[in-house]
Formats: sequence, structure tokens, C-alpha cells
Amino acid sequence: MPRAASAEVAAAVADAHRREWAFVLAATMRVAGDIDTAEEAVQDAYATALSTWGGSGIPHNPGAWLTVAARRRALDLRRRAATAERALPKLLGPGEAGLEDRVVEDMVAEGGDIPDDRLRLIFTCCHPALAFEAQVALTLRLLCGLSTAEVARAFLVPETTMAARITRAKKKITAAHIPYRVPASSELQERLDGVLSVVYLVYTTGHTAPSGADLMRRDLAERGLELAKMLRVLLPHDSDVAGLLALILLTEARTGARVNGNHDVVLLENQDRSKWDRQAIEEGVALLREALAARPPGRFALMAAIAAVHDESGSWSDTDWHEILGLYDLLMERWPSPVVRLNRAIALGFAAGPAEGLAELDALGAEPQLARYPYLAAARGDFLARLGRLEEARVAFGEALILTDNDVERRFLQGRISELTG
Amino acid sequence: MSKYLILIYQDEAVARQAEGESISASYQEFQRRRASSLLGGAALHPSSTATSIRRDGASGFAVTDGPFVESKETLGGYYMIEATDLDEALEIAKEVPAGVGVEVWPVRVAN
Repeated sequence: MPRAASAEVAAAVADAHRREWAFVLAATMRVAGDIDTAEEAVQDAYATALSTWGGSGIPHNPGAWLTVAARRRALDLRRRAATAERALPKLLGPGEAGLEDRVVEDMVAEGGDIPDDRLRLIFTCCHPALAFEAQVALTLRLLCGLSTAEVARAFLVPETTMAARITRAKKKITAAHIPYRVPASSELQERLDGVLSVVYLVYTTGHTAPSGADLMRRDLAERGLELAKMLRVLLPHDSDVAGLLALILLTEARTGARVNGNHDVVLLENQDRSKWDRQAIEEGVALLREALAARPPGRFALMAAIAAVHDESGSWSDTDWHEILGLYDLLMERWPSPVVRLNRAIALGFAAGPAEGLAELDALGAEPQLARYPYLAAARGDFLARLGRLEEARVAFGEALILTDNDVERRFLQGRISELTG
Repeated sequence: MSKYLILIYQDEAVARQAEGESISASYQEFQRRRASSLLGGAALHPSSTATSIRRDGASGFAVTDGPFVESKETLGGYYMIEATDLDEALEIAKEVPAGVGVEVWPVRVAN
């Protein structure tokens, strides 16, 4: 194989890290026996790739190369541990000799892909016996290959807190024997819903960052999109998976128009619709059709349907708010959360008039879950401004300003306040 | 196979009414159905009959009336079971006809 320049190698390893981490780790898990050994082996394999691809050339199938290297390393680590504990037969069982070769042969025979392994891994990470935050952390750590520091940064907790959370979760997986397995079909739907919630949270956290200088955390949003695509490959016939991927694609499609050249928020109303990604919209709409074929449609399909109405409207004034309101009514039946009620109230305001929307928003004021949610106050401010109640609108935007930690959103709200003052 | 302890919680007030009754039909049915997984188990007397013993930090003990934690839901009994993994243990635990619910604890096995 030809030698490769170091910049080229670094790029190839980074790319393989992004695309293949979950695959390599999942394929290494069974050989390794436990998560920590598997992670260590995979990390070592990537480090080896960085130091050897320059001389040997970048392999044709980096994922398979990395998997073979990681599995070899995992066997090595196990053998070493086993020797240390003098428990080699117990761990590796009969026929230990030659196992390494068999593993490598298997890899070659299978062409390197065992999609089921990644599915096993994600169901283990999102097991309901683990706390939701731990599920999210493990998914980012083990399926996306993010470091503990990166996961901590994404969720605004100190690195030590995140490290403790991940360690605790892994310990529970081992001690309680949480299985590395795809749930039986009788349980699959229920368990899958938890997995989809984790992936959706990863995406939304990236779509509008809870704090910081940028409106979006592109890396996290992309991880969410990748995870949804991975699930689609692994579960191609599931309508809820199709619904989630449709929702993410239809939301992503508008990303390029969400901020302007000054990094300011551009509301949907004012977005340059020619900047929307038509290809993503088409792909999302096709998936949506599939997702809506399920009876009754799932919550992600309904949310995707709402996004599709926006994406397919030629302009803000063409938007079919009555259809959106109807979809929110269906969504309320499926998923009656305060945030859904808030969004339904906003749709009502555009379908029936700001006074109606405002009345509905005021009724939501007592929801404890929305008490610190800046979008309730911001929506009230908007409807009050549309009704000409400018002083009250200013107060409402001021409330929203106190509740948001995202710099771009703060700038937007300050803009609204000064507009009303001026 | 792994061992799990299923702790059965009940509402003390409801349990008091049932005091003195023999083991209910639903528990008998559960025990029959899951006999091959059950390693042992027992029903407990009410929490008012429990006694806590705390080490006092010196060399003695403080003996007090009642369980460590007083709450409306109290421990009413337990099962020790054997299962292949947590999923199977949870399946079994869901079938325990407990009033409030159950906790599933993996049992540590000495090396």
C-alpha cells in the first residue's frame, strides 16, 4: 500500500473516529467481555492507526481494519488480566487457543459488518434501569466516541460529575448484569421509545444550545442526526425510527437560515426560504409518509408532520396554521407534555389570532415545568406586541431574557425590547 | 446465572388490615409459576415489630424501636431469585403481586 502523508492519515483517522467508532466498539464488546476493556482496546486501535497508517497506507476499509486491531487488543488485554487472576479457562472457556485467529477470520468472512452489534450496544446504553442522564451520557460516550470532557461540556456539568455518572452507569451494567442484547419483539417498541428519546435529546441539545455563544452546537446536532441515521439502517422497517429521522431532517433543513451573517437569530417568519435544504426536505417528507402509515402515528411522526407543513410552505403567510393546529391536537393526545401545550398555544395564536393564543399561554403560566422555560415568556411577549400591548410585551421579553443563558437568544430578546422601547 | 434480591414494598396501613391472613392466592400463584427461579423468600411482620441497631461509633450499640427509615411504604417481604440477567430478573419482579411495588438488587457474589 502507498505511504500516506501525516495530514491525510490524521484526517482519515478522524473520519473513521466519527463514522466507525460505534461499529468498532460494538464489534469489540463481545470479545472484550466488558465495556471498559472494549473501550481501552478501541482507543488503542485508533492510536495504532494514527502511528501505522502513514507507513502502511490508509486501508481500504478503515472500520474493518480498526475492528480487527481492537479485537486483537481486547483479547490481549483479557489474556493479560486472566493470567494475572490465574483464571484463564474461566474467562475464555474451552478452545481458547486459536481464538484470536478465528476472530480475525470471522471478521474477514463477514466483510466486517455486524449491524446487530450496534443495536445491542444502543439498547444496553439506553436500558430503562439506568437514569436518563446516564443513558444520554453513555450513548454519546460509547456510540459517538465523545470523551467524558466533551459529554460534560455538552450538558453543562463539571467533568468530574460526568465522569462519576458514566462510571456509576458502567458499574451498574456490570453488577446488575444489564444484558448486551436487543430486546425481544414483545418488549421492543417500549424499549425503542426510550432509545429514540435519548437520540432526540442529543439532537435538540445541539439544535438550540442551552447556553454559550452560539445558537447551535453543530457537533451535537450532527451526532443526533448520525444516531438517527444509524437506527434507520439497523431498524429499516420501524415507523417510529422513520418518524424521528424525518423530524430531524426536516428541522435540519432550515439550519442554514436560522442565523444571519451577524450570528443573530432569524425567526421562521423572516427566514430566507431559498436557503433551506431542499434535498433534506424531500428525504424527510418521504420518510414522513412511511412514518405516518402507522396507526396511530407516533409522536415523532406527528412532530415531523408539523415541521413538514412549515418546510413545504412557500412563505410565512402561506403557512397552513389550521393544519398545524390539528396536528398539535393529535400530538396532545399522544404526548400531553407542557412543552407541546405551549407550542399548540402558539399555533392557535397564528390560526385564530393573538388574543386566543395569549389566553392559552396565560393558562400555562401555572405549569411548574415551564416556570423556568424562556420560550413561554417570549411567546407571550410576541402575542402582546401583536396586540399592541407594548408595555406588557416589554416586561414579558424581559422575563425571557432573565431565563435564557444562550448569548444569541439574549441578543435577540434585547433587540425585541429595544424595538418596543424605540 | 446471577442472583437478585427482590424487596417487596407495601402500604403499611393496607398491610395492617391483611395481618394474620394466610399467604394470598396471587402470591401462591406467583410462587408456583416462578418456582424454578426462586431460591427463597419470606413475608415480614409489620415495621412496628422491627428493631434497629446502630453502631454508636464507640464500641457499643444503640437499640431503637422501628426500621431505619420510617415511611408509608415499608418492606413487607423478599424473594431471592436467580436469573440470567437483569431483564429476566425484572420480568420476574414485575409478576410479584406487591401492593406498592418492588426493588430489584443484584446480589454480590464473593470471588
